[in-house]
Amino acid sequence: MRYEEWNKISRIASRKSLWMLHFCTGCGAVELPPVMTSRYDMERFGMGPMATPRQADVLLITGYLTVKTLKRVVNVYEQMQSPKYVISFGSCPINGGMYWDSYNTVKRLDRYLPVDVYVGGCMPRPEGVMNAFLELMKLIDEGKARGWEKYQKYYEQYKRNQKMAFGFERGKNEGD
Amino acid sequence: MVDFLIKIAVIALYTTIAMLVGILFMGIGRKIVARVHNRVGPPVYQGFIDIAKLLTKKTNISHGWIYDLALLFSLTGIILTILFLPIGGVKLLGTEGDAFLVLYLLAIPALGFALGAGASGNPNAAIGVMRALVMMLSYELPFVITMIALMIYYDTSSIAQIVELQRARWAIMIPPFMLAAAVADMALQGMLMEAPFDIPTAPHEIASGPMAEFGGKHLGSLMLYKAGTIVAYTTLFVDLFLGGGVVMHDGSILSYIVNFAVWFLLILLIFTLSLLINASFPRFRIEQAFKFYWKYEALLAFISLIWVYLMVIS
Repeated sequence: MRYEEWNKISRIASRKSLWMLHFCTGCGAVELPPVMTSRYDMERFGMGPMATPRQADVLLITGYLTVKTLKRVVNVYEQMQSPKYVISFGSCPINGGMYWDSYNTVKRLDRYLPVDVYVGGCMPRPEGVMNAFLELMKLIDEGKARGWEKYQKYYEQYKRNQKMAFGFERGKNEGD
Repeated sequence: MVDFLIKIAVIALYTTIAMLVGILFMGIGRKIVARVHNRVGPPVYQGFIDIAKLLTKKTNISHGWIYDLALLFSLTGIILTILFLPIGGVKLLGTEGDAFLVLYLLAIPALGFALGAGASGNPNAAIGVMRALVMMLSYELPFVITMIALMIYYDTSSIAQIVELQRARWAIMIPPFMLAAAVADMALQGMLMEAPFDIPTAPHEIASGPMAEFGGKHLGSLMLYKAGTIVAYTTLFVDLFLGGGVVMHDGSILSYIVNFAVWFLLILLIFTLSLLINASFPRFRIEQAFKFYWKYEALLAFISLIWVYLMVIS
């Protein structure tokens, strides 16, 4: 019971102070400056950009990922301290988007990293991005943003998928 | 025995209040910078939320025992510094000659911070630590000269006594100390690592420098240390030039409260000034900062020192 209460305090605190690390691949990075600066001002919600993965809570995947960048993203994600969350921008991490038939682009990010919130669109407007942040805060408050627990629980499966994408193991072709 | 216990209780109370004020100031600071940027900004209690979040993180990566202990080292150092400074005219641990002691104590937390960052093994942290130490070397020369000027004028090396002797008029109202206060304020800018002297922790150039590998509870204690430094450095400035915020001398309960409130307002004023400079300037490179302090600031500080010396001997 006391552990639950402690978790609740932790959730309230982490909801109100999400520090983000934007992994600027693709075109989504350009949507972030208006969100950070005076037009939309995400600092109202205690959010802010951070310099290194160790300090950050939210990883923003801003656009498509090639297999090469996926390696780096996985490294960055594993350096972050739990509880940690992932937001993916645009349609590319959902189903490949306009890179649906590309040979070196990751089609479904969800197979390699646990994504908490998706923002659809190509690219989403800053309003959409803000909406995603608010949605993530709501999920954290309800205790539903459990991507990092999922990653720990199904670590073997995630690793297997990642290795398959990197080509360490012969297996089914990535992305179908 | 009872006196001893009361003293310990008072020290604990003052430390807690000082840390709470420091954490509050971090939030106020972000709010002020946001208003300068024409943004709404976070709530003023954001510092408390940030620290609560960092201290309740589920995983905390350690890079060895030096990394863990160095944080305690710097946190203890900054708390000790606060205890040697009169807050609102109340002397806690101050003794004769504590102005020199405080100068040494101010170096301890920064060295602890450097030790922790060095133990993390990140190359960005190593560059940041080197820059922070060069910065420390730079701002200490003009600051020490202004402190020597004060010591010569008031003929004492006790900070509590300097505060006491400013009863009639604050040091900043005496002409040579106006110059000295301007120099010390720019030195304060370097101590607080605000722009234009924030190159040691520049987030874009060297990935926040010494903090690069800190996360979770370690970053939380680092933020507590940062909160402590804000209070310690601004209080040092207020004690030296603004009479420590002492306006009532009769020793009643009311005078303690009033002095404390005035101290709070004065350090808020000094901190706001520092933030306004921070929000309106880009950052110096490290050799530019060094040149600024050793060439211009040190010269001005030296002029004020000679001026004070001539006033004293005439």
